Amino acid sequence: MSQQIAAQAMWIAIIGTSAIAFALKYLGHSIPERFVTNPRALRINTLIPIALLSALVGVQTITDTGKWIVDQRLAGVAVALIALALKAPYFVVVISAAVTSAILYRFI
Amino acid sequence: MLRTTATQSLSVSFTVGLYGTAFGAAGIAAGFSIVQVCLLSLLTFSGASQFAVVGVIGAGGSAISAITTASLLGIRNGLYGLRMAPILQLRGIKKVIAAQVTIDESTGVAIGQEEHGLDAMKHGFWLTGFGVYIFWNLFTLLGALGAQAMGNPSAWGLDAAVPAAFLGLVWPRLLGRFERALAVSAITLAILLSPLISAGLPIIATTLLAVLFGWKARS
Repeated sequence: MSQQIAAQAMWIAIIGTSAIAFALKYLGHSIPERFVTNPRALRINTLIPIALLSALVGVQTITDTGKWIVDQRLAGVAVALIALALKAPYFVVVISAAVTSAILYRFI
Repeated sequence: MLRTTATQSLSVSFTVGLYGTAFGAAGIAAGFSIVQVCLLSLLTFSGASQFAVVGVIGAGGSAISAITTASLLGIRNGLYGLRMAPILQLRGIKKVIAAQVTIDESTGVAIGQEEHGLDAMKHGFWLTGFGVYIFWNLFTLLGALGAQAMGNPSAWGLDAAVPAAFLGLVWPRLLGRFERALAVSAITLAILLSPLISAGLPIIATTLLAVLFGWKARS
């Protein structure tokens, strides 16, 4: 790939991605409320972020670029889970995960 | 504003914002200029999509494949918008601004405040949306400037801090057995699908589980 084409691809990717990213966000905000007012749709709409965010936790914890990888992240998140079960404050949950993961990273 | 809402918003903003450093550095390493890296953070403002753009282009991919991958990762922001719109009830320019800051973190903090009422949800959304926006962009610039000074984010435990931060956000919604079953199913499905379909899709696919669970529920 010549440098000029590469530079062009970068700009097209930046502008295209940004335009679509915003359009998707705005579209979600613009779907009329009447489509999500029946009890079933309402319930589904409440459950969607729970499913998506949980999936995100799973993917960020034990996958890396499409491969299953068990490493220090899993230990960090496990410690966070214990902290949550013990009703620790939010920042303690996050920091305990970071510290656990950082220490293990240094030794493995 | 409730203190717990403010504390949580700021912790999330700072933790996730720090990751902007990694993005800034990754962008420079992939051959993007400082201005281009900063524009991605300012305009796209969706971490996973941004990493996809610099990753695909950096590996020699085309603009089209970069845009497609990044957009697949951005679909969930649209689903978050669908959830946030009835809570925020906005029009005009405020709706445009809210849309731009509708991301995992702002939605996560908002739904985490449900027990404290509608106002707390709104406060959580705005404070986290703006907080992440500011920190994410600031740290993107610092990362781009400092490039490799910080080294690997894993050495600082950031790789575990981010999923832990999201886990902490959904946690208050997982008290019921029903929601917990949904969360475990979603995690399992997304992990199983990860090696099979392109990045972003495994997470979006769990929307089907939410539909299935919501459809079958009685109450």
